[in-house]
Amino acid sequence: MAQQNCLVTNDWICGEYLRTRSQELIDATLQHVGITLASVAIGLAVSLPLALLARRWRFLAGPILGVTTVLYTVPSLAMFSLLLPFFGLSVSLVVTGLVLYSLTVLVRNILAGLQAVPDEARDAAKGMGYGPLRLLWEVELPLALPALLAGVRITTVSTVALTTVGAIVDYGGLGSLILDGLDTTFKAQVLTASVLCVLLAIVADVLLLGLQRLLTPWTRVHRIRTSRAARKAAVAKVAEPA
Amino acid sequence: MNEITGAYDWLTTGANWQGEKGVWHRLSEHLYFSGVTLAVACAIALPLALYLGHIGKGGALAVNISNIGRAVPTLALLILLTLTPLGEHGDAPTLIALVLFAVPPLLTNAYLGMREVDRAVVEAARGMGMSGRQLFARVELPLAYPLIMTGIRSAGVQVVATATLAAMAGEGGLGRIITAGFNLQNTPQVVAGALLVALLALLVEAVLVLAGRLFDPRRGTRSSSEAVQ
Repeated sequence: MAQQNCLVTNDWICGEYLRTRSQELIDATLQHVGITLASVAIGLAVSLPLALLARRWRFLAGPILGVTTVLYTVPSLAMFSLLLPFFGLSVSLVVTGLVLYSLTVLVRNILAGLQAVPDEARDAAKGMGYGPLRLLWEVELPLALPALLAGVRITTVSTVALTTVGAIVDYGGLGSLILDGLDTTFKAQVLTASVLCVLLAIVADVLLLGLQRLLTPWTRVHRIRTSRAARKAAVAKVAEPA
Repeated sequence: MNEITGAYDWLTTGANWQGEKGVWHRLSEHLYFSGVTLAVACAIALPLALYLGHIGKGGALAVNISNIGRAVPTLALLILLTLTPLGEHGDAPTLIALVLFAVPPLLTNAYLGMREVDRAVVEAARGMGMSGRQLFARVELPLAYPLIMTGIRSAGVQVVATATLAAMAGEGGLGRIITAGFNLQNTPQVVAGALLVALLALLVEAVLVLAGRLFDPRRGTRSSSEAVQ
């Protein structure tokens, strides 16, 4: 009986809620993870060619960086609403909005990473007879990986947070539970979903950090230098769209 | 696209701009929220960051706060605050959430701006006999200015964007035009509201960029490559 009370008294923390609604929470979390994964993956697939274009033709760099930066200033509620005529109330609307946001950080970081590849490394590979594709795939991309993955981490964490706003079109993952909890003033649901959302961001960040360490073992020797460089890269944009 | 022409019709209908739920009223609410919170956030974050930067301590704090801020969903915090007893005090949850989200970019940029000042320049100023206060006002602050302004710009744009989300928690602001449009299933109104919000965010960004240039203490002396931060 005492356990039932927390649902009746509308407590912030409620074990009974966790037990009775675990399926709902799992579904929302899975939707949240799915939307985040799809957005970051598509964002990467779009920003890599954009970064390569910006590097290849310098006159494109200004417009590409400019447009993605302008997209970044558009408030998320407005972004999702502006895409409404094109996608209707659908999950692709949320994913598209999040992809557009991810471009700013990803393009910048990939470009910075590629530009930081030492000329000696590039020249050596060319001297060994590497063609442009092989040079990109085997030399430049691996060397740009730390900056690229730093961008992916920033993007993933803010995408997890931004997905919640998708609740406006019912595809917000945990955000939908949060908004629903406001309408019904169901405190336990709001707090639980919010905490899960933050946990999701932290778990994703830690996993990506692990991936980064696995994929770039050579950076650990110079860890102090790279972390300083990464911090500098983070200075330019420390805010995220809301 | 019917919605696009519909949005144009909505925007050009004078009645939609008048009254309690009209554009002008929502815009004034939006600017009130944004202005007050940006001022409060600056008053809290800038002195602290500049002082920490001056004495060279608390770097981890300044950087980590902004990373944590990224992980906390704005919407969740707004709604959590609305459901607390604070929610009975009208604008309080919105204002508090906005301040909390404006502080990290201000803090991080101002701190890093102070720390990125060339140590050799600082040593030279010390060698010329400048006191700590002179060093701060004449050397560190002017040199840190571009990054401090970047922080204010980020915070300003973010506050305007976040004030839009206040509508989802039931408070005022331009976002209400969007949420009301959703409730009425009036897509042209949703798109019109979104256009207004996006334009306002871009306008605020532009105004802050211009203000940053105008008040630059080293206006004219800064090389172009330096100004791009």
